[in-house]
Amino acid sequence: MQTDIIAELAGAAAPVLAHRADLMAASLRNERAVIAPDDPGGLSHAERRAIARRIARLNGNEALAAHYAAEAPPTDTRWSAILRHVDLVTTHPKDATRNDIQALRAAGIAEPDIVRLSQLIAFMNYQVRVIAGLRAAVA
Amino acid sequence: MSDVVRDFTADPLVWRPYITPVVFEQATAAQREALMETPSNTKISDYVLVLAHDPQSLGERTPLFNGIMYGRGGLPRAERELGATEASIVNRCIYCVSVHAARYIQLTKQQDVIRQVFAGDTSGLSARDQAIIAFAAKLSQCPPQATPTDAAALRAAGMSDAEIFDLVLSVAIFGWANRLMHVLGEPERPA
Repeated sequence: MQTDIIAELAGAAAPVLAHRADLMAASLRNERAVIAPDDPGGLSHAERRAIARRIARLNGNEALAAHYAAEAPPTDTRWSAILRHVDLVTTHPKDATRNDIQALRAAGIAEPDIVRLSQLIAFMNYQVRVIAGLRAAVA
Repeated sequence: MSDVVRDFTADPLVWRPYITPVVFEQATAAQREALMETPSNTKISDYVLVLAHDPQSLGERTPLFNGIMYGRGGLPRAERELGATEASIVNRCIYCVSVHAARYIQLTKQQDVIRQVFAGDTSGLSARDQAIIAFAAKLSQCPPQATPTDAAALRAAGMSDAEIFDLVLSVAIFGWANRLMHVLGEPERPA
């Protein structure tokens, strides 16, 4: 059974979630699609959790980071390139350019895996904002 | 690359991917199924064909995005577009800005609001629009900076908790969309 982490971390704002229960269910299916997809391609479930944890931390959300408990894989050229990209797109998305996609390719990451990684990074940045917005809105 | 657009506009632009789009005729069964989520009466865009490299995520994301931006009730559609536009400005997704600024103008006929938002000076806007822009800009920072004070400004401008939640969702989904569209391609003026 998948934990509904948005509901769990929304705090006092949880009752307002009923207004868009369909979209909260859809958000949960999207979490599964990027964290534990049926076909993970070249990005394992463990690697995905490690990336999700890192993005939660970069956004100052330790409780969400704990939801994605994972051991970071050993560092090599590929993993370093992935983490560099995760950090850039999470913290300074406006600075991303064609060269950053080229850097992933140069580290041996195939195009479908670049898209998988992009969806994971982008989803996490959605999820942290739904939680942060709810907590601000009904504090 | 001289025709790449770097300034905010509400004019129609073309999105050029950095990643090779999936060729529909060569798509797998899973990719075709995910692509069915997009309207069948229009040509499938390069953006959607790039995302088809990850069919499970594409298939799940499309109904979520549509529900957030077009779902019935709650926050008026134009105000969701305003939140989406401001998020896209913070993340400098020129293409997303062009699409959603144009939709806002189409819905409200208020070109002047968009002009002020592009200029980064909202002092001439209504209290409600100022509160929307401030909340959207702060929620789009990393880490997010929106506070109960920002939410109180929305409530003071007449927004219900359910409507504030819709604004949160429309800003957050652009924290997602901008990180795809701006990261995986670039906008050009149509030929």
